[in-house]
Order: sequence, then structure tokens, then C-alpha cells
Amino acid sequence: MALLQISEPGMSAAPHQHKLAVGIDLGTTNSLVATVRSGLSNVLPDEHGHALLPSVVHYNADNSVEVGFDAQKKQNQDPHNTIVSVKRFMGRGLKDIDISQLPYKFTESAESTGMVQIETRVGVKSPVEVSAEILKVLKTRAEQALGGELVGAVITVPAYFDDAQRQATKDAARLAGLNVLRLLNEPTAAAVAYGLDNASEGTYVIYDLGGGTFDVSILKLSKGVFEVLSTNGDSALGGDDFDQRIFCWILETAKLSPRNAHDTRLLLSKAREAKEWLTEHAEANISCMLSDGEFVNVTLSTHDFITLTANLVQKTLSPTRKAMRDAGLNVEDINGVVMVGGATRMPQIRKTVAEYFKQTPLTNLDPDKVVALGAAIQANVLAGNKSDADLLLLDIIPLSLGLETFGGLAEKVIHRNSTLPVARAQEFTTYKDGQTAMSIHVVQGERELVCDCRSLARFELRGIPPMVAGAARIRVTFTVDADGLLSVSARETSSNVEANITVKPSYGLSEDEITNMLKASFTSAEADKKARMLAEARVDAGAIIEAVTAALAADSALISAEEGTAIKAEIQRLKTIAASEDADAIHQAVETLNQATEAFAAARMDASVRKALSGKELNTLDL
Amino acid sequence: MTQSYFELFGLKQAFNIDLAILESNYRKIQSESHPDRFVTSTSAEKLASMQLATLANEAYQTLKNPALRAKYLLELRGITAISETNTAMPADFLMQQMEWREALEDAKAARDLDALDSLLSEIRQEAKALKTELTSLIDEKHDYTAATASTRKLIFIDKVCIDINKVIEQIEN
Repeated sequence: MALLQISEPGMSAAPHQHKLAVGIDLGTTNSLVATVRSGLSNVLPDEHGHALLPSVVHYNADNSVEVGFDAQKKQNQDPHNTIVSVKRFMGRGLKDIDISQLPYKFTESAESTGMVQIETRVGVKSPVEVSAEILKVLKTRAEQALGGELVGAVITVPAYFDDAQRQATKDAARLAGLNVLRLLNEPTAAAVAYGLDNASEGTYVIYDLGGGTFDVSILKLSKGVFEVLSTNGDSALGGDDFDQRIFCWILETAKLSPRNAHDTRLLLSKAREAKEWLTEHAEANISCMLSDGEFVNVTLSTHDFITLTANLVQKTLSPTRKAMRDAGLNVEDINGVVMVGGATRMPQIRKTVAEYFKQTPLTNLDPDKVVALGAAIQANVLAGNKSDADLLLLDIIPLSLGLETFGGLAEKVIHRNSTLPVARAQEFTTYKDGQTAMSIHVVQGERELVCDCRSLARFELRGIPPMVAGAARIRVTFTVDADGLLSVSARETSSNVEANITVKPSYGLSEDEITNMLKASFTSAEADKKARMLAEARVDAGAIIEAVTAALAADSALISAEEGTAIKAEIQRLKTIAASEDADAIHQAVETLNQATEAFAAARMDASVRKALSGKELNTLDL
Repeated sequence: MTQSYFELFGLKQAFNIDLAILESNYRKIQSESHPDRFVTSTSAEKLASMQLATLANEAYQTLKNPALRAKYLLELRGITAISETNTAMPADFLMQQMEWREALEDAKAARDLDALDSLLSEIRQEAKALKTELTSLIDEKHDYTAATASTRKLIFIDKVCIDINKVIEQIEN
């Protein structure tokens, strides 16, 4: 079925126009933006030609914000207000983070949410807000380079990110004013960039060691379909940990006492430089002047560096073995191993991976750029620029989803490595007469006890019709979409009453918090905002009218004449309302038209699937 | 949608199915229905895509796994293979279960990976025999009572294999 081309707000509705879509690699250490131009995926550099944007945000006293290299320069002199590696804090609580070595003042969110926040001189900042600053810079960079507003972006996340970390990433994009076409797993993005370049077929391992996360994914590539078989990883293991080991080694070797924030930052920077130097040299000299005038001058040999970090390298093999076992594969079944992430430049990593898989890993694409390049290719497909898209990604959920049951046990509802989208229904009943509400605690992880898993959210169901205990049949459906994000719906099946659900995320932002952040970030005048909302509503209306009209022209045989007439009437109604000045009314009419076409859309979907399976034309099918 | 998982993939209702056709038709369906194809579509189309792609995933996972496929086939015939009131197993299979569990415990205590591997291949041999049996019972003899017993054994074997793999994982870490 050909994709219908629908414009996003802010874009002209001209058909077949190239849509501006980008892929963004929001990394722990560096971030990048890439796009497909003339059929080729390219990273977009800044005005100085730098492709990488250091993922560093500095808050100035005058409320201005610096991101990237300018911010990086401030990290030694102003460590408290310069946020480095913010990705490690996304969707994380205080107890998840080793704060002893970090120069920040952490607080937990005052409201219901448990995500850490950082106290800066310009106020308390959520990791979501800090990440949004990085995304804003990349968005501006892309819009300037491409000369127009973006339709949307594919943003990559570590495959092993849990629901809270994914949601935090999506919230950051929203705050930055980006339309998220899809959250894409980093190893899958790398596979796309790699696989399409090499026209590969077979089973591939993507070994992705970034600044702060480790992912391993196993994919089967066949005729443009990328099927992820298994994924595993460690969302708190990366190149940063190697810096940390060198940092501790410096303290020990130079016999230094614990340092202040400034010195810690300085020594970590030096540690990182030494690590990078050792990729191509036998030893690295580390020398600097500390804040109390003490001079540090030590030399680290490759041999000592390998010894210091041997168990970090080994730590990546355990998730690798698990992924292999989950995929039911042996080392001999693997056609290639792709190295992703700057940290895979370290020779000891390449050597260890080569020994485990008994083959030389593939390093022909720049490990820093490959994720962004793949994300851009997928963004181009999702935006509808490739009309005959032969690229399809079938990704999976990395960690099982479960429910808290009696005795603090976690009962798995959706198992890890299930292909997305996935839905599972579970029935519950009441234990008291007249009970109208219940609470469902959803956790993520593989362990048997709830306290060993990660708490995702508590769903409060209300509006259950009062009945005697045990009589109600509440069917709760857990759905994980293609972004890997969970949603929950509930229905009492004997009375068919939909229950209301309120979500209390354990480590996320509430809808109110996001709304407040969005409000605070709006700078435009009220009148501008109204005009923009009206313009957007009209574009939405135009898009759906165009799409439904085209669908009717092509497939009206799939529905009855009455259904067709009803849809046409709704189109007419929307056209009339769209001429008004009332954005809310237009949105409502769009929604009404959408609902009126649900059965039609389902019929078209069925028909296109039947056609694909039979290879026959639609009109020859016995429907 | 009232069609069975088999019809969804254009397959006949049988235990012995062509897995290559299953896989290739699964991919064709996902190519048409996956949410990635409808990112810029109307919300009605997104909903239809989500529903069909989810169904296709569920159906594919069910038919791909022999134990789940047999259980599903029996369910289509109104037979619940695994229920709380129907847990009886033949005595000889119960004996074998106990032997496997004992072998698992011994290998676990001794941290003997080779013993676990050979236990796995022994159990897989048994699973293979059960699959041949199920083809005959379901597809040829239509003996669903006997097929129910074999299906329960196969489901049980899947569980033992998962437990063995868990132990292997524990030892390797």
C-alpha cells in the first residue's frame, strides 16, 4: 500500500515534496544530527565544521545557556553549573546514581516523581530540561542547514533503556519542540546504516559501547527487513567508567586526597584525554596543576590501563552471552560483528570481542556517527520520502514487563525480546464488596521480586461498577508501542464499562510538570500563539481531508454506500468548521472524522494485507 | 477479525506447517501493517495499523513455537490443554520429569555445564519425538485426546528448558 503523504503543522501541503526529517543521536558524551539528502545520509556539522556536539550544558548567571564546546570549556572552572553526561540521569532516581564522584547538587523532584534533579545557579533543572537544551541546538542546526522547519526527528536511545528512560527522552524532545517520528534503538540504527551500505544478509551482532551505556543486539537481515532477535546490555556502563578508573588510578598513584569539584572535573578530563591517547600510543603522560597549587605528573602505560579496566571489558561479555542465548545462536552462526560507539576504539575492546566471536569486528563506519546516520535513514522513510519503502525494522522490548502480585512477587505480563508492537491482556477482580477502584503496580525487569525490578508506574483504575467481591472482571490491556513505550487500558467486561486510569510514573515527569515547562519555554506573545494554533489546526484538517478523500477514491468498494456517505458528510462538516477561527472546534471535527473512518481504515488494512499475501489486485479479491 | 492465526498467514490449520511460508508471510503482513508505515497517517489508520501489527506478532509467536501451536490448535477445537482442573500426567512421564529435575539439581550443585548441556540435548530429543507424534495425532488421526496429553508434555519440556538455561546463566555469571 502506498503511503499517504500528509504534511505536519508548519509544512506546506504540497504533495511529493521532500519532507525535512532528521535522525538525532542523543549521546552520553556527544550528540549528532544527520539527514538524508540526495539519497545519502550525512551528518550535519556546525558552522565550524564540527559534526559532534559535546553533550554538555552550561547555565550562566544571566539565565543564558551554552551547549557543546563552549559549555565544555566551562566544565573545569564552573563544574556545579555545567552538566556533563546528563543521559545517565534520565529517568533515574537518586539511589540509582553514584553521586560521590559527581560535582552536582542533586535533589529529588518535589512533586510525585522520583527522577533526580540538579540544583544550578538558575534554579533546579530536570535531566529532561537539560537534554532538551542539547536537542534545541541540534534542531536549530538542522533547520539552518536544510532551510526549513522539520517535519520530525527519529531520536535514538540505548536498546537497554527502560520505559522511564525512553519516556524521559521523548519528553525532552517535546520540550525542545521536536516532533518525534520514532524512538529508535541505537544498535538497530547502526545496523540500518551498516546493512544498507553493505547490502548485507545474515545474522549480525551490534556491539555498542557508548559514553555511558552498553548495548548488544542480534539482528537478522533479510531483503530490507531488520528483525531484532534479542538485545541485552547495561544502561550504566560505558566509556565514562574507563575515565573513572584512570581518575582513581591518578588519585592513588599521585597519593592525592579526595578533591573538590573543580579538581575532580579537571582530573576526569585528563583521564579521558589519556584514554583516547592510549588508543594509538604505548603510554600517556598526565600532568596538571590542581586548585591548591599541587602539581600532578604521572605516566600511564597501555599495560596498566588494560589491567585497570579488564573487568569493565569483561562486564560487556555477560550481556553478550545472554543475548546470544536468547537468540538461540552459537558464535559460528554470526556473519559479522559491528562495532558502535566511541569507546569501541579502545584496542582491548576490539581484541576481546574478536576473541569471543572468533572473527575481526567490522569497524569501517565511523563508530561515533553510525547511529545518527542510521537514524536519518529511518527518519527519511518514516516521513514518507521513500514512497516504496523496502526498509522495515522489527524491534523488540529489551526488558520484561510485570505486575506486582501478592507477597511482592512480580508476575511477567510481556516477556523481554517480544517483537513490537505487543499487547497482553490480564484479568483482575475485586476483593471487597462495592469496590470501585484498584491500583496496579507495573515493574520492568527479569527478577522475581518486585523490589529487585524497576518500578515503572502505578496505574489507578477508577469507575469500576460496584459489585460483590470477586464478581467484577476487569480486563487490563498492556500495550507497548513501536517506541517501546507502555500504555494501559482497562475495561470491566461484564458491564463493558471503561475504567479511568491515572498514571503515576515512578521516575518520570507528570503531565502537569511538562505542561509547566512548556509554558515557561514559550516566549511568543499570546496573539502569535493563537494564530499559530489556528494555522496548525487548519493544516491538520487539510491533511486528513486530503488523506480520507484519496482513500475513498481508491477503496470506496471496501465499505457500504451508507458508510461512504457518512464519511463524506463528516469531511464536508470539517471543511466548514476549518473556515472558522476556532482552533479547538477544528481539532474536535478532525477527531470526529477520524473516528468515522476507523472501520474504513481497518478494512483497508485487511485488504492490503490480503493483497500482499495473495499477490492479487484488490478488486479480484473475494472480500 | 474472526479468522484464525493460521488463516491470517494463509496456512491450513495443521500442526505440521511450513515455517518458511509462516516467516515470509509474517514479514509481508508486517510490511503492510507495521506502525512505521503509518507515522504520518490519520489516527484511524494508526489505530488499524497498531491492531493488525500486534495481532500478527502474537499470531506469529504462537505458530512458530510447536508447543504453543499445538495448544492453540486444540483451543480452536474447544479443548483447553492446560487448565487448573486438568493436570494429570501419565506415570512414566512423571517419573521422567523427576529424573530431569534431579539431574538439573545435581548439575546445578556441581556447577557442571557439560552435564547441563547433555541434559538439554536429551530433553530436546524427547521434544522432537513429541513433535512427530503430534503431527500424526492432530493432522492424521485427529485424536485430540491423545494430542492434549502430548501437548502438555511439550509445554512442560519448554519450561524445563527455560529452567536449565537459567541455571546455565547463573553459573556463567
